[in-house]
Amino acid sequence: MRFPFKTSYRQDLTLFTDGVQRNWYLALLLGLLLLPKIVPAYLVDISLVLIYGLCGLSLMVLAGYTGLVSLGHAAFLGIGAYAHVYFTQDLGLPWIVSVALATALTAASGVLVGLPALRMTGVYLTIATLAFALIIQEVFTRWDGVTHGLKGRPVDKPVIFGISFANEIAFYFLSLAFLIGALWITRNLLRSPTGRAWVAIRDSEIAAQSMGVNLAAYKTLAFSYSAALMGLAGALFAHKIGYLAPDIFSVLLSIQFLLMVVVGGLGSLHGALFGAVFVAFLPVLISQGRDSVPAWIGGAVSILGADASAAVFRLTDRFVKQPGLEPGIFGLILVLFILFEPLGIYGRWVKLKVYFSTFPLYKRATFKRQRAYMRSERLR
Amino acid sequence: MGCIYGLVALGFVLIYKATELVNFAQGDLMMLGAFTCYMFVVWYGIGYWVAFAAAVAVVGLFGAVLDSVVLRRVLGQPQFAVVMLTIGLAAVFRSFASIVWGTEIYTLPTPFSAHTSRVGGVSVSHEYVSIIVGTVVLCAVLYGFFTYTKVGVAMQAVSQNQLAAYYMGIPVKLMCSLIWAISAGVAAIAGVLLAPVSLVDINLGFIGLKAFAAAVLGGFGSIPGALVGGLTIGVIELMSGAYLPPGFKDVAAYLVLLVVLAVRPQGIFGAVGRKKV
Repeated sequence: MRFPFKTSYRQDLTLFTDGVQRNWYLALLLGLLLLPKIVPAYLVDISLVLIYGLCGLSLMVLAGYTGLVSLGHAAFLGIGAYAHVYFTQDLGLPWIVSVALATALTAASGVLVGLPALRMTGVYLTIATLAFALIIQEVFTRWDGVTHGLKGRPVDKPVIFGISFANEIAFYFLSLAFLIGALWITRNLLRSPTGRAWVAIRDSEIAAQSMGVNLAAYKTLAFSYSAALMGLAGALFAHKIGYLAPDIFSVLLSIQFLLMVVVGGLGSLHGALFGAVFVAFLPVLISQGRDSVPAWIGGAVSILGADASAAVFRLTDRFVKQPGLEPGIFGLILVLFILFEPLGIYGRWVKLKVYFSTFPLYKRATFKRQRAYMRSERLR
Repeated sequence: MGCIYGLVALGFVLIYKATELVNFAQGDLMMLGAFTCYMFVVWYGIGYWVAFAAAVAVVGLFGAVLDSVVLRRVLGQPQFAVVMLTIGLAAVFRSFASIVWGTEIYTLPTPFSAHTSRVGGVSVSHEYVSIIVGTVVLCAVLYGFFTYTKVGVAMQAVSQNQLAAYYMGIPVKLMCSLIWAISAGVAAIAGVLLAPVSLVDINLGFIGLKAFAAAVLGGFGSIPGALVGGLTIGVIELMSGAYLPPGFKDVAAYLVLLVVLAVRPQGIFGAVGRKKV
């Protein structure tokens, strides 16, 4: 194991703990810059990963760091997307101004949700955000003037300062720039007093309050910051999918975002990105699995004879072609992660790292959770 | 309609009362109940009442198994985990139903279908009467169960302090399974009663969301509250459908929910205290 030995206060302020870590991140950045050259075929999915990364970041700040679980983030995404499209295409504002306005508007709507949220805790808040999302979805459907209702509205490709970002590679770099910017801001915010206050609220609201954290201010701030990130992601998302319709921003999408932070690992920025990769590529994997799994299982059974093989092939083929299967797989993965790896992919990564850095001395009990008993907060 | 919300809300309240978990899969359990009953009646040709009982038993058993296999592992963990878990389970149930029963819409034939009687000049179809009677009876039975029987009181004890309940010799795990069984059974009853009125399809579970509004309105953890909340939501929905512009009918329940949460988060009948550190 390596312990950074600090000799000056300046070392506490640096973004990376030491040069080695910084170099690894630089290498990662280089890899990301070269990515369009390496895998041009998957670039469409990868820029979606970047946008989902923004969404994951947003929800991670709220759920992972402040402990406020929201089931309504798809609504914020929708507000950002529709606002941006309205500003650029109906009002003809420049792209940057429009994105800034859309982000600000979404942040304001975040405050709107956050204010009543101050009086609620835990699951009540989740229910409130869910209700908010359902109302907003209905608004999207009904407000024809802006959203064009159920018909949906097409979105042009982004043009910034006269430069068109129509092709896939340019859009990839645009998303990457926004993601890195957002990551940088969020990382610094989380190291600041604001971020510490958020974590304190997550760990114990009452303890935080006793230490002088202004619950109302910080919870509202968390909500609006998270919503702002979501609005930014929404603007990019609108360009990405190219066509907006109200039923895109359903509760299912909010659940996918939650899946992202849980699978990635709550309480870590890495987790948000791991989760984004996972959620963006899972549908791709599933659709590939739909084609290959029947043949694969059929092949495995073929030792029992050709007839059995063909029958099993048809059976599994019919099973995997069911349209309802995909949300089920999402749900199942969610359940399995919560039961067996509550720390998510990032938690698994940390365990691996600890295993190798303490090699022969690794103890399983390091990460064992304490047995907990439930006590009611109610009086009767 | 309000009674159905009340019934589903009752399921929420039961689980919340006993384990302080909020079950986002309640609406989907209801859907499973309706489908199971449909399957018994139409596919196997069993009589309605037998099928009703069988569906409630099957779904109730399923609830108990669900608790002992899945949910027991997350007891005592942050509520977030449980919320996510039940959301995941709901997705799995819906997917399961669409694979087994398909995405078609079914109608469930019942002995009450197409019968109406006139009460005070208003003709009421027997399906609605069955819902109202079922709700009231169920509510009374459950209220009595929780207040007067030994098992019911034990369940309340479990909900307040698990460790203390262990010390008192209450089989906590069994109680949790039992409460899940009861709650799933209530969901199944709601599903079967609702089936003739609204049709049976895999989106039946979305009623669960409105039942949330009912449960919150009444105050989580209060059985009469759930019923009152359900009725209120039903009436509000009807009124807003009649007097407000289109679109309000669907969101009225959620608007009420938001207002209630903002103004009086503990609901009408709820009791909330601050947690001690």
